[in-house]
Formats: sequence, C-alpha cells, structure tokens
Amino acid sequence: MSILVNKDTKVIVQGFTGKEGSFHAEQCLAYGTKIVGGVTPNKGGTEHLGQPVFNTVKEAVKATGATVSMIFVPPAFVADAVMEAADAGIELAVIITEGAPVRDMQAAKAYAVKRNMKTIGPNCPGIITAEECKIGIMPGMIFKKGNIGLISKSGTLTYEGTNQVVKQGLGISTAVGIGGDPIIGLSYKQLLAMFEQDPETHAIVMIGEIGGDLEIQAAAFIKENITKPVVAFIAGQSAPKGKRMGHAGAIISGGAGTAAEKMAALEAAGVKVVVSPSEIGKAVAEVLKK
Amino acid sequence: MNIHEYQAKQIFAKYGVPTPRGIVANTPAEAVANAKELGGNIWVVKAQIHAGGRGLGGGVKLARSLEEVETLASEILGMILVTHQTGPEGKLVQKVYIEEGADIKDELYLGVVLDRAKEMPVLMASTEGGMAIEDVAHDTPEKIIKIAVDPAVGFQGFHGRELVFGLGITDPNEQKKLISFASKLYKLYMDNDAEMIEINPLIKTGSGDFLALDGKMGFDDSALGRHPDIEAMRDISEEDPDEREAGEYGLSYVSLDGEIGCMVNGAGLAMGTMDTINYMGGTPANFLDVGGKANAETVAKGFEIILKNPNVKAIFVNIFGGIVRCDRIANGILEATKLTDVHVPVIVRLDGTNAQEAAEILKNANIANIITATDLADGAAKAVAAAKQAK
Repeated sequence: MSILVNKDTKVIVQGFTGKEGSFHAEQCLAYGTKIVGGVTPNKGGTEHLGQPVFNTVKEAVKATGATVSMIFVPPAFVADAVMEAADAGIELAVIITEGAPVRDMQAAKAYAVKRNMKTIGPNCPGIITAEECKIGIMPGMIFKKGNIGLISKSGTLTYEGTNQVVKQGLGISTAVGIGGDPIIGLSYKQLLAMFEQDPETHAIVMIGEIGGDLEIQAAAFIKENITKPVVAFIAGQSAPKGKRMGHAGAIISGGAGTAAEKMAALEAAGVKVVVSPSEIGKAVAEVLKK
Repeated sequence: MNIHEYQAKQIFAKYGVPTPRGIVANTPAEAVANAKELGGNIWVVKAQIHAGGRGLGGGVKLARSLEEVETLASEILGMILVTHQTGPEGKLVQKVYIEEGADIKDELYLGVVLDRAKEMPVLMASTEGGMAIEDVAHDTPEKIIKIAVDPAVGFQGFHGRELVFGLGITDPNEQKKLISFASKLYKLYMDNDAEMIEINPLIKTGSGDFLALDGKMGFDDSALGRHPDIEAMRDISEEDPDEREAGEYGLSYVSLDGEIGCMVNGAGLAMGTMDTINYMGGTPANFLDVGGKANAETVAKGFEIILKNPNVKAIFVNIFGGIVRCDRIANGILEATKLTDVHVPVIVRLDGTNAQEAAEILKNANIANIITATDLADGAAKAVAAAKQAK
C-alpha cells in the first residue's frame, strides 16, 4: 500500500520530448516508473525513450490506458495541458512546471475539480512511492521504503526531511511535493486523509511555509480526523513581512500567513512542531516510540 | 511587479474607472505647467514611490496657488520619503503627480486581491477609507466586506448589490455608479493579470460621484510576458539593485539585516536555513535560493552579491544535492573562490548525491577559510560560531 501511485500506475508525460521532459522521464523510467508514452503535438506516431508519442492526451489514454500524467510543458501552456488531461479522463495530473500564471491556474484547477481529476503542483517536485513509482524530479535513491508519509510545499525540504527520516533507520511510504504557488492542487487536508487510510503509513511529516492558510486548515482537520502522529515544520519563521521568499506563494501579506500563527495552530491540534528542519528526523523517531 | 499611482490611474482611465485628472511631472517647472493645464485653483502634489503611507510621511501636499505648486514640487522632488512601508532608509522621490483638487464628502476603501482559500479574486470594501486596511481588518473586521467573484462567470448583479448595501449606499443613482466602478475594476484586474489593486481612499464627491483618489497595483510576475504594455511600466529604480541583479542570474535574493550570508538550493530549504541560524542564536544576512541548477558561475555570483553586504561575517552554503551532484557543486565552490574574493569564513554543507566525493574535494583543496559541515544543524552551528568569532 501507499497513496495515489504505486508500481502498477501507468503514466504518460505531457511535454515528453522537450529537454526537461526527456531528462526527467528517463530518470523516472530508470527508477521503475511505468511510463507508457507521452504527448507532443505533431510528433504523434514517433517513438521517444522507447515509448510511443501521441499528438493528443485522448489518443495516449486510449492506446495506453494511462491514468496519470506528468506535465512538463512551458508555463504559458500549463493550463491548457491540465485541462486537456482532465478532458481525456486522466485521474491525476502531476504539474512540475514553475511559473504558470495564477489566473490560468484558477481556471485550470476549477476545470479539473469539475471533472474529478486530482492535481499535484504546479511548481513542485512531484510524487514518489518509495522503491515503486517516481513521478517528478526528486533524487529517487534517497527514498528508502518505510512507513512515513511526507507532504511538503518545498522540494529541497522534502529531500532534507526524507534524508533525516532514513538516517533514523526509518523510511518513506509516499512523499508528495504539493508546490509553492498561490493556487495548488491536492493540499495537506486531502493528503492527510489518504495517509490516515493507508495501513503502510504509521506517521506523517508535514512541511509548510509562510503565505496562505493551508496549514491552518490542515491543523483544524488533524484535530478532528487524524489519529496517526504528525510532525510539522513551517519554513520562514525569520522571513520579513511583505517579501516574496522564492516561491510565488511564500509571502506574508497584510500580516497574515506567518509561520508563528501556523505553528501555533498545529501545536494546538496536537502536532509535534519543530523549529528547525534539522529536528525532523529525531521528532519522527520520538513520536513513533510513544 | 508594482507600478506607480499615476500609472495605475492610466490603466483605470483606459477602463473607464473614474479618477481626478492629473499629469505626472519630473521637475518643478513641469509641475507648474501641469497645474496650469489642469486649471482650477487647488491642486495636490503627490510623491510617486512604490509604497503606501505617503501622506503621513509628508509626500502628499495641497497647493492653493501655482507658486505653492512650484515650492511643494521642489520640496518633494529629490526628498527621501520614509513611510511605514519603505523601511527606515526611505525612498528617493523622482516624480510627482499633479492632480486637480477633489471635493471629498466620504472616503471608502475598495480593493481586489486573490483569495487563496477560495481560489478566486475577492473584492474587499470598507466604509473606513483613508485608514491602513490592515488595521481596520485587525481592529474592526466587521467593517470589511469581502465579495468573491468566480472568474468562470465574472462580476454579476448580486455582487454589486452586496457591495452597495454592505457599504450603506442607499441612493439608486449612487448605487449604479459604484456598481459600474466595481465591475470595471474587476475586469481590469482579470484582463491585466493583476495580483492586487488597492484604492484607498475611493471618494464620494459632494455631487455623488465616485473617484479613485489613490491607486496601487501589483501584477503576477509569471504573466508579465503576455502584457508588454504593463512590463514597460517597470521602474527599476524602485527595486533593490542587489535583488534585481540576482534575478538576472536566475537567483532569488532578499536582503535581511543579520550577519550570516546564506546560499541554499530551493526556497523552502533557504528559509529553513535562515530559521535554523536564528534558532542557534545567529542572524541571517539574506535569503538566497540558487535554484536547482547551481553551477560555478551562479555560486560565484551568489558569493559576490552576498559579500556586497558589509555586515556579512560568515557565509553558510547549504546544498542538498538531488539531481545536481554534490561533487560538481564542490568544484563550483572552489572555482567561485577563484572568480571572486571571498574574505570571510565559508561553511559548506553538501548532502545528498555524491556527498562523500564532495567532502574529499573540499578537504584536498585545503582552502583556509572553507569549513566543512556534516549536516544542517552542524553547518548552522559552525556558521553562528564563525560569525561570533569575527566580531
């Protein structure tokens, strides 16, 4: 078990033959991910990385039975790609691209939700079920299989957290990078619910950051619905107000979205909150002993 | 990206959102000429900088004669204006906006921002115009009306009714004018990929007209590519020169007031590094994300920008190598120290792919001011200690 993806998940790549798409699709294939084809308009009928290329997502789904799409198209085309995937019956779109306009994502996400397609990202490292299926750009070799679920807005903090968990002799069930944009797909709440249901996951690491209120919503949800131990870190405790910290969504606006308020809400919900990412591994080991 | 008030008002005018008439000036002589052209006998001289609170800081003044326009324009042009949004260093005023005087009966607030929870734009309105909206939200949240507009259908009649009844506007003629004002504002927000519009105050005149007395706009940087007209409004003198230079090299940089320079890959880990330094009793001098493709050139540029800050006593390089291999980054650091003079201790933590090889490379290079660290906590502790020692 795991959440969302496993060794049998069939994946196509939108933006398959581009530089980024090619490089990362190849890495995913090497990891063992079942990439069964890709989509690049006007290259339909050719082959790339030993897999068939299609002109449209509909053709790709019909021919391969893929249920997940990994999206690498340039920022201006992300919304179009997401809507095409939803329209073709894809169940989960993993959007890696950074820099998609916010207005586009409002429309694309609303369209996806209406058609029951889940989305992850944009501006994210993707999703990985350890030693089974990697859909994204993370370094696969650090994800040792185990019983910790991880949800993070940040790519490198996903790796940092995972590395510490593994150093404690533990491992990862599934890790999801949900993205650092103002509008993102699956959020903490939905993923926490999935991890709660997953028998292979024994504890959950949640990594958030300044900006927005997803972590606060998650805190309320944890209090009511999550019985598994949760460890959380919120990045940006020392970030100034009104300044964008790298991620488009990482900004304290009008005094709201601070790390302090998120940490307080999570603590009040019974979450083990650490003040430095360097404490994540130890905290996970501790909560598992209880 | 943010723009000036006078530029926001140009966009407002294009969409038929009413504003007082005004013309921007670069010199006192231009200011007087503009006042003459506008006519009348009362004008407002307004400093143009990218920050709120200009009035309280002395950057907005009323003139009752052309002589006064000249005097005030001379005073304001070239002044360093300090407001609650500029920081103590203030901002140099290079342009003034000369605007006709307005007959103010009521001051309202109207803004449009993205509601991240609802994932759609929200109109924010209040009867408490002219005050800092953050304070109103904090002290009297019931005085702020929020109306989310679903972009799939756009601004509807009921949105308008919620707005005018919420603000207590009872005259049907005034209701019509304000609803039209708000619907145009929503349209220009969407059309131009704005991130934020704030009109504070939006005034009602003695004759029952609504005018945008102020105008602040910010735009989604990711969408600027499809708005060359907006991008042309960029005023680079309003941006931090170091942040801008970093941006040109694909680095994301924010200067802070501490002593430990940080160079990190990934925005989340960069913030986490700052937090860890703080936690260990030090102070970060900056946020710097070198991105996923750190190489010798970007690392050298990072060192150069960090070292421009005279407060920096030590630098903490914290890289978690994923797809990027640590041995290549280690070589990049060595090369970077040749490209730029790094005169403070540099604490290097390289973890992830090929971390062992990277440690060997740094050890064999035997550079006196490079100190290696095994993990994030170790690196942060060493950086804090090095900065303390340098004092």
